[in-house]
Amino acid sequence: MTRYIIKRLIGLIPVIIGVSIIAFLLIHLIPGDPARAILGERATEQALNSLREQLGLNDPLHVQYGRFMGQILQGDFGRSVITNSPVIEEFAARFPATLELSVAAMLIAVVVGILAGVISAVRQYSVFDNVSMVGALIGVSLPIFWLGLMMQWLFAFKLGLLDASARLSVGISLDPITNFYVLDSLITGNWAALKDTLRHLVMPSFALATIPMAIIARMTRSSMLEVLKQDYIRTARAKGLKNNTVIFKHALKNAFLPILTVMGLQFGTLMGGAVLTETIFSWPGIGRLMYEAIMQRDFPVVQNGILIISLIFVFINLIVDILYSFVDPRIRLE
Amino acid sequence: MEALLKVRNLKKHFPVTKGIIREKQVGLVKAVDGVGFDVYKGETLGLVGESGCGKSTTGRCILRLIEPTEGEVHFDGVNVRTLDSRAMRRIRKDMQMVFQDPYASLNPRMKVGDIIMEPILLHGIARGKEARERVNELLDVVGLAGYHAERYAHEFSGGQRQRIGIARALAVEPKLIVCDEPVSALDVSIQAQVINLMEDLQEQFDLTFIFIAHDLSVVHHISDRVAVMYLGRIVEMAGYRELYQNPRHPYTKALLSAIPVPDPNAKKEKIMLKGDVISPLNPPPGCNFHTRCPYAVPRCREEAPELKEMGTGHSAACHLVNP
Repeated sequence: MTRYIIKRLIGLIPVIIGVSIIAFLLIHLIPGDPARAILGERATEQALNSLREQLGLNDPLHVQYGRFMGQILQGDFGRSVITNSPVIEEFAARFPATLELSVAAMLIAVVVGILAGVISAVRQYSVFDNVSMVGALIGVSLPIFWLGLMMQWLFAFKLGLLDASARLSVGISLDPITNFYVLDSLITGNWAALKDTLRHLVMPSFALATIPMAIIARMTRSSMLEVLKQDYIRTARAKGLKNNTVIFKHALKNAFLPILTVMGLQFGTLMGGAVLTETIFSWPGIGRLMYEAIMQRDFPVVQNGILIISLIFVFINLIVDILYSFVDPRIRLE
Repeated sequence: MEALLKVRNLKKHFPVTKGIIREKQVGLVKAVDGVGFDVYKGETLGLVGESGCGKSTTGRCILRLIEPTEGEVHFDGVNVRTLDSRAMRRIRKDMQMVFQDPYASLNPRMKVGDIIMEPILLHGIARGKEARERVNELLDVVGLAGYHAERYAHEFSGGQRQRIGIARALAVEPKLIVCDEPVSALDVSIQAQVINLMEDLQEQFDLTFIFIAHDLSVVHHISDRVAVMYLGRIVEMAGYRELYQNPRHPYTKALLSAIPVPDPNAKKEKIMLKGDVISPLNPPPGCNFHTRCPYAVPRCREEAPELKEMGTGHSAACHLVNP
């Protein structure tokens, strides 16, 4: 196991190099001048030039890339050219928001997706199966910005049940301990803040959950259908087990591996910050940070941000791969 | 002798449907079509026939692992088909099954000990430490060791896995075990071991077997009586010695003549059947076998023969044979 993990970590090196090159080139190839973005429309050519010189933007690309990588190897992820604070700090400040949203979305997606998938598989071709699978197809196809806006219109504007933006309402205070607001309000016993946090959390997490939920439901269904045909399911029934025991203990456990794979991939994607969802719901997370950085040509944040997000993604997948061997005893990691 | 299991007019028809929005039934596969027999306490009834003749479906219908279309199954005086799901689960303690494919019939996610222990706990036969001891005993009985309980099924060979399958079936102290081709997936050298084990266990635990197979020599070895099936029906049934020495039905004769004799000089008349088994989808009227029967007469094409008594304990379904 240790050997496997070390091997996988070594395998990360080419991935990081590849990602860093793409991140670096992307921000340098898109039109727009960082110096102009920082200094504004009326800056003089002289001021722009001296800022470019200061930021190293006049150097040839390979020199700039070398400098970028050199800093990263020293653990320096650079500073934002807009706020001048370290990129890593900017990320650390936004990360809990993204994590809280991702976990909430993932919980919804997993619970609803697996349940719908299992019922669909057990009652194949039933009304429930058809409705939920068409629903899943719609779920994958709906543009999230449209769905988010519709939800805001209905639940916040028309019904007033939920809040449409940010993590807390103005006027509600909460002592930050972990920066996960649900946890913080539970720890401090601040029920008003808890209620307010949930009112803010529900809509973006449902909007974010639609696609993973649909993918998990479809994957669960097909994987369960496969497993339910197996002989050992018949064996389990012959033992005299209850139907639910057969389905959840014998079948679902065996069907879980591909479900775990899509869960890992989906969670990794969510952790990188859901740019659209966070923007629509003004959620102060990584996705919004990246969006703002791109709009302001804050190239250190974009470059390093992409790198950090890729690292998170790759690590989550590594964890999923390690989990495989716990889920399926036939898999030995070598 | 007392019949432990009585099967009467058992039928399983699978509908064949077509159509996208409104499904229309376009045919009926009569996998099992009016099978009836008795199984006596302590005996082994062999059920033989070609692939697709309905042997396995019959076995599964008896245990209601698939729901029969029609017919009656009386087990130990209880009409199994009228039981609700709860009573059915309870009666599964007394009727178990050993499955064909030992590679597929054991849950790959469970340790062998848990596979065997699950029904013990479920039916309240033992619990806790006692249950674990019972698992060890069972493993010992089938020729494995107690420490094997901690392993997973994929760590065993085919023969060992089938032993696990047998231990699992034995765990609930059943009266009847339906063995669905329990050795056909195993090497020939291992087949004999497993069959001998099953014979020993039968004696030791006073078991009754229904032994489904397509290999006549295997069935010959273990059965007290043999029923031959063709396309969902029993065509001949007799004590094993009687059946092998004095087969009456042309299909049985053809099957028996196909058993290889381990003697290169042996002169043997081989009855070669023409063609394949006809499709069970909309079979022709009359005797199912008439399309391949070398002796078929016009009557065979019109009238399906009944299973007739040919002498003590020997019955056959053919117009051309008479007591």
